[in-house]
Amino acid sequence: MEFKKVSYSYGKQPALENVSFSIEKGDFVGVIGPNGSGKTTLVKLMLGLLKPDSGSITVFGKGIQEFRDWHRVGYVPQKATNFDQNFPATVFEVASMGRFSKAGLMRQPSEADRKAVEKALHVAGITNLQNSRIGDLSGGQQQRVFIARALAAEPDLLILDEPTVGVDMKAQHNFYSLLKQLNGEMGMTLVLVSHDVGMITKSVSKLACVNVTATFHDVSKGFEEAALFCSYAKDVGVVPHHHD
Amino acid sequence: MMEFLQYGFMQRAFMAGILIALLCSVIGVFLVLRRMALLGDGLAHISFGGIAAGILFGFYPLLSALAFSVLAALGIQKLKHMKVYSDAAIAMFFSFGLAIGVVLISLSHGFNADLFSYLFGSILAVNGTDILLIIALGTGTLVALWLFYKEFFFITFDEESARASGIPVERLNTMLIILTAIAVVLSMRIVGIMLVSSFIVIPASTALPICRSFKQSIAASALIATASVIVGLALAYYFDLAAGGAIVLVLVAAFFSMLAYKKFIAK
Repeated sequence: MEFKKVSYSYGKQPALENVSFSIEKGDFVGVIGPNGSGKTTLVKLMLGLLKPDSGSITVFGKGIQEFRDWHRVGYVPQKATNFDQNFPATVFEVASMGRFSKAGLMRQPSEADRKAVEKALHVAGITNLQNSRIGDLSGGQQQRVFIARALAAEPDLLILDEPTVGVDMKAQHNFYSLLKQLNGEMGMTLVLVSHDVGMITKSVSKLACVNVTATFHDVSKGFEEAALFCSYAKDVGVVPHHHD
Repeated sequence: MMEFLQYGFMQRAFMAGILIALLCSVIGVFLVLRRMALLGDGLAHISFGGIAAGILFGFYPLLSALAFSVLAALGIQKLKHMKVYSDAAIAMFFSFGLAIGVVLISLSHGFNADLFSYLFGSILAVNGTDILLIIALGTGTLVALWLFYKEFFFITFDEESARASGIPVERLNTMLIILTAIAVVLSMRIVGIMLVSSFIVIPASTALPICRSFKQSIAASALIATASVIVGLALAYYFDLAAGGAIVLVLVAAFFSMLAYKKFIAK
């Protein structure tokens, strides 16, 4: 995925200005920045949910306007666990949604779709919960369901927007090991948006600091150096943040 | 025991009633979960204008009601895109349709029995043309719901993720609202304009709190609605009651039984 001089504004308020970067296959990119810095705008541009005011975005070598294979891009939304907790759907049903776009309109899910969902549940470590009603699970378990949903599409690129908000420390720790496994063993390209600098710099290979403009750093030179590069980093704690 | 089924009008009522029950109860699960429960009621009142126009100008009233209902459904979608809140948009069209109906009635110098049968439903008034329309459009709508079931499910659960995964959310939302408009018009012959929304709202609301999966909810909602139609029509026949009202009272009884079950037995 490549951004070239991309700008986006809400009315007269610029959210992102002149952002350029490229994400290569196998990268694990952490995106950090304070609240209101444009992190979520960046994600929505990557997903094609917003159109840039200027500049160009390329996804898997195609211009984003022409790109149709959205099932290749997995997405775990911000506040994913903020859904209607009374919604009657099992873990398996929710994870299956990841296959719908790939299966195509008016097609019933096939045996291959079912296998892919089972595999995704297995990777996310929630096979034993597949028949539970999603609202009955804990926050950490629900988060895994949404990861399984994204994985079920067998994406080449997985984008996660503040996935650890509202999840306890132990679940967060397990979650980061899962991401490392996806990136390391399965070679999946990951983009992880967070304001939790401490956790994120331990895992990622590239770090992007977003604050209307964006700067990219190679973490291999050292996490501290990269974190320092983001001048606001000192204001961002490493404890989990909860905000509604 | 089932001797009432030998009458043609009862056979027609059962056929139409069961098809409509399936249709409205399935759509209802999607609408109730999306906080759009009042859409059915709104569209029914809008179709009142179409019924009045049909009776006054001599068209087949269900067709003009269908035109009113579908156009209003598209209008509600349009207003939503123009940042009018969707409940406000429904309320607006609701009054608009009723106002047209009232004005047309005043032009025709008052109520007549025909109009009354559309307001409160009348199984005696269901004729062969109605049955053909209900079977043709009802089956078509059910097939559409089945074909797009997985997309409607995804959008109902999480619209943004559905959009991000490449599902054409806007077009499917428009389709769901048009399917609702059709279901509402088909139902008014049996239950009447005033009671249509109960077919959409009550079976779904009864099924949702007791179901664990989405598939189960759809099946339970359809089952509750179908059983209520059968029991309601039988009661209406034996006790000489208004069929629409009898069916709705059975639905309400099912809903309160579910609440009692949850409170006293399932605990």
